[in-house]
Formats: sequence, structure tokens, C-alpha cells
Amino acid sequence: MVLTRVVLNQADIDRALTRIAHEILEANKGSQDLVLLGIPRRGYPLAVRLAAKIAAADPTVDAAAIVGQLDVTMFRDDLSHQPTRPPYPTQLPRTGIDNKVVVLIDDVLYSGRTIRAALDAIIDLGRPRIVRLAVLIDRGHRELPIRADHVGKNLPTSSSEKVRVRLEETDSVDGAPDGVRINEVVIEATA
Amino acid sequence: MRHLLSTEDLSLHNAIRILDTAEEMAAVGEREVKKLPALRGRTVVNLFFEDSTRTRISFEAAAKRLSADVINFAAKGSSVSKGESLKDTAQTLAAMGADAVVIRHWASGAPHRLAATDWIDAAIINAGDGTHEHPTQALLDAFTMRRHWSKLAGTPSAGADLKGMRVAIAGDVLHSRVARSNVWLLRTLGAEVTLVAPPTLLPIGVDKWPCAVSFDLDETLAQGVDAMMMLRVQGERMNASFFPTTREYSRRWGFDDNRLRALDSLGLKDTIIMHPGPMNRGLEISAAAADSPRSTVLAQVRNGVSIRMAALYLLLSGENREPAAAPVSASAAASHAANPNLTYSHQESH
Repeated sequence: MVLTRVVLNQADIDRALTRIAHEILEANKGSQDLVLLGIPRRGYPLAVRLAAKIAAADPTVDAAAIVGQLDVTMFRDDLSHQPTRPPYPTQLPRTGIDNKVVVLIDDVLYSGRTIRAALDAIIDLGRPRIVRLAVLIDRGHRELPIRADHVGKNLPTSSSEKVRVRLEETDSVDGAPDGVRINEVVIEATA
Repeated sequence: MRHLLSTEDLSLHNAIRILDTAEEMAAVGEREVKKLPALRGRTVVNLFFEDSTRTRISFEAAAKRLSADVINFAAKGSSVSKGESLKDTAQTLAAMGADAVVIRHWASGAPHRLAATDWIDAAIINAGDGTHEHPTQALLDAFTMRRHWSKLAGTPSAGADLKGMRVAIAGDVLHSRVARSNVWLLRTLGAEVTLVAPPTLLPIGVDKWPCAVSFDLDETLAQGVDAMMMLRVQGERMNASFFPTTREYSRRWGFDDNRLRALDSLGLKDTIIMHPGPMNRGLEISAAAADSPRSTVLAQVRNGVSIRMAALYLLLSGENREPAAAPVSASAAASHAANPNLTYSHQESH
């Protein structure tokens, strides 16, 4: 039997993102040179939401011009141990990432291996001045020396549990493509 | 998908998957670092029993862009000319630890033979077998058509098929594995295919293929065509006279300057002209047609690398493809699956 526990609802996610957006602006001392790169699938919608919040806080920012998507599939270290993954598109902002402050955005930070792959992917695309990391959930169990600069919520978990992030851009209540949209973070534990 | 042998048994799902993956691979060719680490440590053998320039180079470029090691094997100058059999060659490659074998062979069915036997435990990619199939060529043609078709419709090409597109394939259908692979794949993708050829250059049983057959190129053009594919006249395979003279062939079946002008007067302003190469300029296609803005010949070559990257990636990554040198025992695989740290799904890849 699978026990499901909601740990963040829609309002919690929104509050966490608002705080992260302000933290990013604070750490960068403003919005200059900021680029937000979301990791597919759910990092990208989070990056779009964060860009909108940054633009709301700083009217000089054009949200669409600072956000991009970074696919890390081809850089993973587990390609031969997982079912084949089709790659997602990589789209950089028009300004590129050279000499920019790149904030990587993902939904859950777990082993850190996705972020390791993302760092390799970034190096092949250009040379940012600084790379930072923002995640909605940090669930621990790191396998690499990687930590997040901005965390929505620290969630101590057992490695037998699963953390599922559902966002209205990618998910519906029943998983159907045209189903009722949902925003929540749940922990699934097998009893 | 374990092998890529033919387009006849390629499902719509897998065809779209290859085309979509190729779309992402195409972006790599435009980057500063034109290389991905996805197939690091894998070995791809190009096993060519027949001459080829672009297919072999294209596969080599594709494998290298994915960081695989490439071994090129040409039958000329190898032990094959001393009489080594396909089985012994395959077993030699298996002993060297090949993870994928890209094979071109003059015998139809040779790739299927490699895939069906236990001579070698590698992914087999058919790069042209006899007069049977050439699946990656058909896939790159479909990729080229899909980009054109989606651009006209103003929709993204990812996920799209070719529903409603009118494709004419003209020339030496009899000897053409490109035509066969294209007919099957384009049917799967929903395009309407018409073969245009002199009766002597059509194979027996063509009436049972999922396409229309015409003997008149001008009539086919007049009915409207969105993509016009010219096939090479394969002189090296012709052991009999299939048409009286090359001049008559080029006048009746070639895409010459008059037919290029006819496209404009027929109002077919978006029709593209395709050719798998190598071209016999002046025979099946005129120089003006080959160099016109409608021609996609060079785009086809460029897209070939993307398609072959996609095929190699989809066949060589994934848990069912352990390196050939170190097969995973059943108990090791079971303990792997039992470890919850290692079993996270695609949706939850942190």
C-alpha cells in the first residue's frame, strides 16, 4: 500500500517561490546579468514562475528574456542503467550565458547527480561568471559534493520514500493530459 | 527498440521518437562544442561491404558527436577479400567488444541475419542491404519533409507526422532500397506516396505496395506534389538494358529545367526537390534543379547526421544495453532492481 502525504500545497509552493525570487535578487545585488535555466521537466515551469516573480519585483526585467531550458539527458551518468530517455530541447535566452550569472532551477535535489550533469552541460554551452542552484525541495541523501544556494523547503526523507512534485504546467490530478491541473508536493511511502 | 533493420516494421511511435530525438540532436551541430558525452566508452563498428561515402561518413560523424569510439571496416583490403564469411567477421567484431554494428551489405537481409543469430550481441543498424532497405536514409528524408511540412503549417515539428503530404518518388525504383524504405515509412507517417518510373524499373509486386504508381512524371506533377524525390540511376546494378538511351531517360523521367519551370507555372511554389545522393547531374536531375532553392540535397546530408545520432543514442543507451564486454548476470540485475536508491522513474529524476 502506498501512503501519500501532501507536504506543500499550491499556496505553500507560491510563497516558497516568492521568497526564492527575492533571495536570488538579493544574492545578485539586483537583476543585472541574471539568467534562469530550468531543468526539464519540472524545473522549467518553476524557472518561468521565478522569472515572472523577479520581473514583478524589478520592473526593468523582461521575464521572457532571462529564462531558458537546459536539458541534461545526454550528460547523465546513469544512461546505461535506466530506460532510454528521449532528450528535451535546450533553449538559451538570446543573450547567451557567457559572463552571466546563471541560476539552475530544478524541482527536487536528491543525489545531486542531475546537477553534476547540468554543470557539464553548461560548460559545453558557454562560460557563465557564476552558477548558482535553486530548488523547490531539498530531500537530502546527497551522493556528490553539491548543495543548493536557494531552497524552497528542506524535507528530511527516507530513501525508500518518493517525493513527487506536481505542477499545473506539467501535471493533472489523474495524470491525463487534459485533466484538472494541480500544484502540490507529496511524499509517497510504501507501508 | 534493439535493432534498426527496416522501416517496414517500424511503429509510428518509434518513428516519431527517432524524428523527435533527431530534432534535439540537430541543435548540437549548431553549438560551440559539437559533442555530447552520451555514448562515452561505447564502440560503434562501421561494417561496409559496399562502397559508400556519405552514409559511412555520416555514421562516423554521428558516433563521434556522441563520443563513441568508431572502427571503420571496409571489405576491400580486409580478410573478406581472402574469403572470410559474414559469421566469422561478426564473431571477430563481437570478440573485440563492439556495442553497435552499422552494416552495409550487397546481400538483402544480411543485417537481419546478424540480428537474428547469436554471432554477435550488439545493436545492428542497417545502412543499406542489397535492394531491400535503407532505413536511416528514409528517416532523414522524412525528417527533412517534416521540417518543411511543419514550417508551411506554422506548427512545431516535434511530435508531428506527415498527414496529407503528397510525395512523388521518381526513377530507378527497381534497384532502390531508398524507395522501399521511404514507401513503408511515409505510409506509417501518413503521407501519400506516388512512385513514378518506367515499367522496366519497377519491381514485381509493386501493385501490392501501399502507394500509387504512375508512368508519367508530367502528369504526376500536374496533379500536385509537395515533395519530389529523384532516385539515382544505379548503373552499377544494371546487368541489362532497362531504357534505350540516357538521353531518353533524362527527357522522360529526369527532373530537367523544363520541369523545374513547370513547378512555377503549376503554382507549386512550396514543392521541394529531394535526392538521396550521389547525383548523376544531367541524368535524373538537372544541375539547375539540384542547385535551386527548392533543392534539399544538402539539408538531407546535414539531417542525416542528426538522424543517425538519434538512432545510435536510442539503441545504445538504456538499461537493456549493457556494454557487450561485460554482460550483467541475472542476479546482479535483480539486486540492482531491488535497490530503491537506483530505481527512480523518469518523472522523478533528481
